[in-house]
Amino acid sequence: MSFIPGQPVTAVVQRIEIRKLRQGEHLILGFSIGGGIDQDPGQNPFSEDKADKGIYVTRVTPGGPAEVAGLMMGDKVMQVNGWDMTMVTHDQARKRLTKKNEEVVRLLVTRKSLEQAVRHSMM
Amino acid sequence: MVTVNLKSPPAEHPLSSPWQWRGPVTQGTDGNQEGILASLPCSLLPWARSLVVRWALLPPCPPASKIDSLRSKVDLLKLPLALSNKSIAERKSQLAGARDQSTGGGGARQTRPPTRDMDNESQYSGYSYKSSHSRSSRKHRDRRDRHRSKSRDGSSRGDKSVTIQAPGEPLLDAESTRGDDRDDNWGETTTVVTGTSEHSVSNEDLTRVSKELDESSPLECKRFLGPVLGGCLGLFALVTPLAFLVLPQLLWREALDPCGTPCEGLYVSLAFKLLVLLISSWALFLRPPRATLPRFFVFRCLLMVLVFLFVASYWLFYGVRVLEPRERDYRGIVEYAASLVDALLFIQYLALVLLEVRHLQPAFCLKVVRNTDGASRFYNVGQLSVQRAAVWVLDQYYSDFPVYNPALLNLPKSILSKKMSGFKVYSLDESSTNNSSSQSRAMIAAAARRRDNSHSEYYYEEAEMERRVRKRKARLVVAVEEAFTHIKRLQDDDPAASSPKHPREVMDPREAAQAIFAPMARAMQKYLRTTRQQPYHSMESILTHLQFCITHNMTPKAFLERYLTPGPTMQYQRENSRGRQWTLVSEEPVTSALRQGIVFSLRRLDFSLVVTVQPLPFLRLGEEFIDPKSHKFVMRLQSETSV
Repeated sequence: MSFIPGQPVTAVVQRIEIRKLRQGEHLILGFSIGGGIDQDPGQNPFSEDKADKGIYVTRVTPGGPAEVAGLMMGDKVMQVNGWDMTMVTHDQARKRLTKKNEEVVRLLVTRKSLEQAVRHSMM
Repeated sequence: MVTVNLKSPPAEHPLSSPWQWRGPVTQGTDGNQEGILASLPCSLLPWARSLVVRWALLPPCPPASKIDSLRSKVDLLKLPLALSNKSIAERKSQLAGARDQSTGGGGARQTRPPTRDMDNESQYSGYSYKSSHSRSSRKHRDRRDRHRSKSRDGSSRGDKSVTIQAPGEPLLDAESTRGDDRDDNWGETTTVVTGTSEHSVSNEDLTRVSKELDESSPLECKRFLGPVLGGCLGLFALVTPLAFLVLPQLLWREALDPCGTPCEGLYVSLAFKLLVLLISSWALFLRPPRATLPRFFVFRCLLMVLVFLFVASYWLFYGVRVLEPRERDYRGIVEYAASLVDALLFIQYLALVLLEVRHLQPAFCLKVVRNTDGASRFYNVGQLSVQRAAVWVLDQYYSDFPVYNPALLNLPKSILSKKMSGFKVYSLDESSTNNSSSQSRAMIAAAARRRDNSHSEYYYEEAEMERRVRKRKARLVVAVEEAFTHIKRLQDDDPAASSPKHPREVMDPREAAQAIFAPMARAMQKYLRTTRQQPYHSMESILTHLQFCITHNMTPKAFLERYLTPGPTMQYQRENSRGRQWTLVSEEPVTSALRQGIVFSLRRLDFSLVVTVQPLPFLRLGEEFIDPKSHKFVMRLQSETSV
């Protein structure tokens, strides 16, 4: 999951489709994000590379739509509905996830275990 | 408030006893607000009457003023109305000025024939300001006359220049017979009297002159009633202690008890207190009244009544207790007089507080809007009555508001008139009742449906006007700058200037101004005409201003400051001792105090100022203490947002 500056980022990703749940007048997804290019990357407990400023999932509410869809704590979100999430500010990430007129968000997330799984399966 | 205890104890010493109960004195009024010197003849006041705002709801003092106005008309007719660019209004004001220098009030007035300014005319003949009889400028003139007759009674308009000329006098120079552009006729508002002889005034001029005379109507006797009354009262009050002291000496000197050192001490203190009273009265109350109010000024009346009652009661007591029984204790009398002076001092303190200090702390916000062009200002005032607030607003009006220019008001007719040239609606049925309403409804509906381009026309017209003004302004600025380079100030220690080889002509400011005026005259005139300011500036006034600027070493920009922006109304006022007439229109009684929601308006002949009163908000000021050591910063933590 580390990136080499100048080279495209490659990662093994998992598609996760979350259907938003309507609670009153809000549409919630059921997880919390942290990180962003305007944040301090050294505080991120989930990232391997402490210079990684990507968006990470810090908490998943149990029983929420995110957990049902298979999102896990510590995942790094790479794309949301086609929008890139590797070089965004925290607020931009929040906005892209909480668009009011979208019922479904399709995320591409990556985690360390995915890579290991792929490596195992290739061997 | 403690009153003097004047009860008299019984029996043996009726002479000494009242004085033993003398306590702290009352607070009353002092009639000196108008000052003692107000009772001096009014001839001292003209110097202060220069800018007076007055309301007059009662008819003026009749006979003397009528005679004066007639006399002034006659005087004007006697003037040789030769060629000059001085307006009749100017001449009239000179007459009035001449008259006012001598005894004022309603007395007899002498007139001085205003021939002194006639001598200056010959200097202007070099410049083309005369009206011409050529066809091109006549059509110019007619258009101008029509425009001018629309907006009469522009009381804020200054000098109108009038040229009255017999037909056939060749005062043209070659320029004025050419096209419109080269018409250097300075007097924009010329009226040419045709068909009358040289020395007569046409009807138009007469009505205009009489209107001007009536507007600044003659001096009212009522204006000085208040100050004179106050002055008399003040004088009476000041003389009273001295009278108290002197009368016993005059009448029964031998019978008085001798009174040594204590009396002399009292004399000294009395003298100083009287001196202080005199000086403070002079400082506070001896000011010429700046306005006549429609109703009584309540506080002032109150104070005068109080002073009168006070002094009268002192005199009453004095007459009954001292003069009749021929009181022998002179020291007591002196102490009584000293107590009167103390009381007067306290009354003066009360007057100070009521008249001067109370209205200083701001309590209301007044919004003043001029109803013709929307110029508005906000002012903070204290607790005042409606009429006093009106005076205050007018004081600020003369120096804050840009001058009212009736020529700048309306949208050009070409834009508005298109809407009016609408449909003619003919109704075929004979019912006369709903004819007009149905017609108007039909027209409105049709007008609404039609595509309305007047806004775009207005936009383009405005843009065009602005471009034109800027172009003229650029030309004017360049012309003035160039003109100013032609002269320079002569230094005293400049030997080269007085060398016999190059004798330079040394000029005084007036001549220098005339010398450099010619190159900038046309640019100036065109600029004034474009910005519709030409009624306010005659050639004479521009020359005077130029002379003033040259004398004080002003740059061209400083000279032009007066013409590039419309200044406050004060700038265009003539020295007029008669004052300006305003009418206060109000639903509330004008002596009531200001409070929220009061609206009153001050009306002049062609515009009015609408004043709305609002209280200033009550401020709740809280306190927050910040420890200077509490300013600490950290890097922003990883923030977590739940979605």
